[in-house]
Parts: sequence; structure tokens; C-alpha cells
Amino acid sequence: MSNVTFYDRVEDALNNEQLKVALTRTTSKLGGLRLNALASLPDADGVRDRARLIRAHTISKLADYLEQFAANVEKMGGHVHFADDAADANRIVLELAKQYDIKTVVKGKSMVSEEMHLNHEFEEMGVTVWESDLGERIVQEAGEMPSHIIAPAIHYTREQVGDLLHDKLKIPLSHDPAVIVGHVREKLRQEFLVADMGITGVNFGVAETGTIALVENEGNGRLTSTAPRVHVALMGIERIVPTLDDLSVMLQVLARSATGQKLSVYTNLLTGPRRKSQTTGEADGPDALHVVIVDNGRSKVLGTELAEILYCIRCGACLNACPVYQQIGGHAYGSVYPGPVGAVLTPGLRGIGPWAELPHASSLCGACKEVCPVRIDIPRMLLKLREEGHEKGLAPAWVKMGLPMYRFVATKPALFKFAIKASGFGARMLAKMQGNGGWLNKLPPPLSGWTEHRDFPPFAAKSFSEQFKNRK
Amino acid sequence: MAQASSHASAKPAEKPKSVQLFVTCMIEAIKPEVGMAVVTVLERLGVQIEFATDQTCCGQPAFNAGAVPDARAMARHTLDVLSRSASPIVTPSGSCADMLVHHYPAILAADAHYGPLAEQIAARTYEFSQFLVDVLGVTQIGDVALSASKTATASQKVTYHPSCHLLRGLKVTEAPKKLLNETAGVEMLEMNGATECCGFGGLFAVKMSDISGAMLNRKLDNIEATGASTVVGCDVSCLLHMGGGLHRRGAAIETKHLAEILAQK
Repeated sequence: MSNVTFYDRVEDALNNEQLKVALTRTTSKLGGLRLNALASLPDADGVRDRARLIRAHTISKLADYLEQFAANVEKMGGHVHFADDAADANRIVLELAKQYDIKTVVKGKSMVSEEMHLNHEFEEMGVTVWESDLGERIVQEAGEMPSHIIAPAIHYTREQVGDLLHDKLKIPLSHDPAVIVGHVREKLRQEFLVADMGITGVNFGVAETGTIALVENEGNGRLTSTAPRVHVALMGIERIVPTLDDLSVMLQVLARSATGQKLSVYTNLLTGPRRKSQTTGEADGPDALHVVIVDNGRSKVLGTELAEILYCIRCGACLNACPVYQQIGGHAYGSVYPGPVGAVLTPGLRGIGPWAELPHASSLCGACKEVCPVRIDIPRMLLKLREEGHEKGLAPAWVKMGLPMYRFVATKPALFKFAIKASGFGARMLAKMQGNGGWLNKLPPPLSGWTEHRDFPPFAAKSFSEQFKNRK
Repeated sequence: MAQASSHASAKPAEKPKSVQLFVTCMIEAIKPEVGMAVVTVLERLGVQIEFATDQTCCGQPAFNAGAVPDARAMARHTLDVLSRSASPIVTPSGSCADMLVHHYPAILAADAHYGPLAEQIAARTYEFSQFLVDVLGVTQIGDVALSASKTATASQKVTYHPSCHLLRGLKVTEAPKKLLNETAGVEMLEMNGATECCGFGGLFAVKMSDISGAMLNRKLDNIEATGASTVVGCDVSCLLHMGGGLHRRGAAIETKHLAEILAQK
């Protein structure tokens, strides 16, 4: 994406009719399901408040809880690795692959692995990676990145998916989701049995028990984490809850906000690798469990005005609710995390420099904050990042020049009145030339953006001040 | 689900006899008739209007652009103007009210003089419909001084667009609908996706014009589908945006501020 700008990607997205169909279908469906699911929860607002408190508390004592979590994972026989950044995390995972002589990897959904571009690293090393989450598999086969954090292939219609998988996986052609899923399932079953290593994400790490909670709907997470001989779980440093009780609160809002389910089809609680059950005497699970805890910029926002973004539980509700995301989809953002949460996370964690547009890709309508299960004030942080961008001189020249001028005028009432008169005069002259009944249908740059999609109404001949003064 | 709007201010013990009008720069320059309608409605309800002629702009365009020092300068000016009188402040814009009520205290928090002043002003600032319903307790528009509207015979089909900062910033959900529903001669039509943003977002409509335009088109489709002849809102900026889009489409649908509907005879 070197020379491709945010605006180029937006243009592509807005011109893509299939994308419009796919986004409209899915975001509106998920939005409706979410409302129904929350309505099924007695005192949903109270549960959301509690979920927020749990997140706030955890983030405020993150180092302590991480230490407790890591100690408990080790106590149960797992291994814990801390990675400072994506490169570090890749190095750890690839070394594990060498250590265990891994030829094939099956993966469950993991956004952290997207941050790492892990599939690419494995390919370089000659290891075959199979994505086992259907949405992830679709984007993998298409050679793309996920365009939504919980629905990676949301940008495709079912018709496109049928065609793509017929072509890439050589399954019979169908546009019926149930039929497509059936064929993919047969293929995946073989992969689960063959793979040497399973890689998953982590929805929550429970500090008091060292348990990994993995929430999914396809059973692929369970197979990925239990069938291969080595399980590697990738998690961001913030993905911690203190106790199992806290986990139960988070689970009440996670699936409801994400997919409109009361609970996802599979909620896996994984504690340690294979060992004999004390009750049945049987042993199950992988021979080895490695938990890789990845920072990759997160600790940088701890204690700052952006720390609240670490409360995020990756439900994706803000994407579905965002009128900007609904129009442009995820790829236009150009970042691993799209939508409102991505517009904070990406410049917040990666630095504002290359991502200065993202906080501006919002009308500040507040729909994201309204749907967030933990009530993250995303608009506040978008504004904070706009402020940072402005301070660093990343705004367009006309904004940089225009605003101080506007301030100069707007703090001097007489000048302000004069400026309005002058603008009105100019606008009327221009409108007269355009002959559009007083309306402007073409404004000069930098305001030309306005008249690309809407006319500008006539300025009043007499301002309110004048009319009010002369009314009696 | 009638929900009380969240507001820093408590309801004044007595109904105020006079208010300060913060008219907004958009109304001052482009839609003065909205300001005049606000004056008409409030005076019919027996409220005197104070209007400080040195008011300018609340500074939200600068604030939203990230130019916080510029926004602060405009906020300080506005606070100086509005703190000369102890009367409640009424502004016919959810967005400007949200700026005064929520963002002024935040951006001036570290300012020893203007920080507390911002809190005081926030506590007595109201959006127009919020003031009518929550402070004046006007629900029976016809029974109070607006009886003139009862004589209207022709049914005017309207649909209501709740602007984002009014709805999700100030949490004013019911007041405008209540007022419209009780205005004689007005028929309210429900809009699909009513609470979706129209795509205005200030400079967003200029800087990210294509995204904004796509959002606008979806909103306009929903407006046209209602069959209403008028879109009513409580923010002139959003109304200008939708109105500009409707004009571009050649749609025979007009945009009106709530005050204009309440003021009509």
C-alpha cells in the first residue's frame, strides 16, 4: 500500500457495488441481532457498567494481573513468552515451530497474528498454514487481510464466496452458505488431523486460574487448540480478566454485542496442556501449550488519554454501527484494525504519522460509543488524536492556515459581522453567476468537497442580528 | 421509553422569565429566520429574549479539527459574552449546546478562571427543545401560547431527523418528537434509520466529501421514502447538509428547524 492513499482506498470502496451489498446486508443484520440479544439480558445496562468497571480495573493494574496470569499458566504446565513487538512475537513463534519440527499449522482466528503478519512469516519458512475460521480462510484464499475484526470476509457476498472457494479449494460450486460450509468442513477436518501446531487467539486470559477463554462459533477453535500436538495462543497484553466471575460478566456482553448471540456456540476454557484428569483418569489436549503475550505498542498508551482503548473486547459492534464503516468497509482503513476502534488503535499504537487521516474518518456521530459493551468513549479519543495530528502539523494546509484566521475573526465581534457580510456578498455574487436560484452548486477549493455532493443554500440578505435589532 | 435527557444542569426552581439566546453562527449568517422563529416561540411562551450582539461562534469547527488552542480562544470569548447575564442560555442547536455543555468544561479544565466559568455556563445551557420541554414544561403546545398553530387545517407531513449531538451527546431523545406530535396540523412520519448520521460532521463533509456524500444519500433515500414534505431537525447545520442534498436531487422536500414549525401560524 506504499503509494496508495487512504483517499484512493475510499474511492475504490465507494465504487464497489458488491461491497455495498455485502456491507449493507451484514452490518444491518448484526446491528439488529445485537439489539435483540441485549434486550434478552435483564439489566443489560447494569451488566455493561460492570463490564466496564472490570476492564478499567484490570487495565489500571495490568502488570500485576499479567504476572499472576503468567504464573498460573506455568503452574498448570504451560509456557509463557512475552513479546515486545510483532517482530519479537514472530521470532518466538517461528523458534517454537523449529523446536517442535513443525511442517503444517492450523490457525484459529487471531487478530494479533494479523498484527504480526504471521502467515507470511511461516510461508517464508516453508511451513504450510491453514486458516480454520471460515471467514479467515476466505480472506486467506483471496490473498487479503480481514476487513472486520469478527467477520473477516464481511466484504464478500455469498455469491463471491462460493465462486472463490470453488476456484481455490476445488469444492463444488454453490452459492448456498450451508452447502459451502459443508464442503469446507470436510476439507478442514483433514487439516486438523494432519497439522502439527495449532495457533489461536485469546479472548480472555483469566489471571486467577491461568485459563484461556476462547470464544467461537465453528468448533474450529476447539479443534485447533486441542487436536495438534502443540498449541500456541497469541494474546495482546490487555486481554486479561482477574477472575472467572469477571469472565462470566464479560461473556454476557461479548457475544451479544458481536453476533447478537446470548453465548457463542463454543466457549472454550483451556487450562494448561494435556494431563490426566483427576476424575476420569483420561488425558486430552495438546502435548504442549505456549502462550505468547504481545505488547506491540499497547503499553505505550497505558496512563495516557488513550488508555481506554485497551478496554476493548474486540466485539466489532462499533464497526457495524459506524456509518463510515458501513460505507467504506474495513480495507479502506488500510490498517489491521478497521472501523472506529481501529481509527483509535492504529494511530494510537503505531504512531499518528502515517495514520493521520483515520481519526478524521468520522462524523463524530457517537454511534460507536453508544453500542460499545464497555462504553469506550471512542469519539473523545478520535478528537485527542486529531489534536495530536494538528499539533504535529499533519493537517491539510488550508486547515492549518484557515483555523487561526477563523479564530482571529471569531474572537472579534465587529470583524466577525463584517466577515459574514463579506462572505454573504461573495456567495451571492457567485450564486448569481451560477444561476441556480441563489444556491451555489460549485464552490472553489478548498470548499469544493461540499458541492461535489450537495448544493449550498443562499446566505441571508440580512443577518439575524440585523433582523432582531429591527424587528419592532 | 421517555428518558430524561442528561444534562449537567438541574432544572431551575422557578420558570425563567428571560433567557439569553446563543443563536449560533450558522443561523446568524445563513438561516436568520430560524433565530427569529425561536424568538417568536419563546416570546409567545412569555419568555423575554436577551441577545448579546458580540457573540460569534462556539468554536466547534476548530475543536473538531483538533485545533484545541483555537477552540479555547473562541470558548473564552463565548464564555465572556454569556457570563454577563445570569439568565439561562438557550441555543437552537444540539451540536453547539453539546459543545458548551460537555466540551467547554473539558478543554478549559486546567484554566483557573475559565474552567469554573465553563462549568457554570454548562449548567445553565439548554438546547431549544430541551428548554421548552424540560425547563418550561411545555408539552401541550396548543394550550399554551402557541394556540395559533391549532388553527392550521392543512395537514403538514413531516419527518424528524434526530441530529447526533442532540441525541447521543445531550441525550435529548423525546422532547422534539413530543413537541412535533402535539403541534396541530402536523403529521409525524417515522423514518427508517432515523438515528443514523446524515454525514455532515462539520469539516468532515468537505474533507471526506465522498464518504459524507454516501452517508447523505442513504439518509436522503430514507427521507424520501417517508413521503414527508418536510424534514424537521434541531440543528441548522445538519438541515443545511440534508437540504443541500435534497436541492441537488431536485427533491421537493423542504428542511425546517423545529422552531419554524412551532412558530408558524
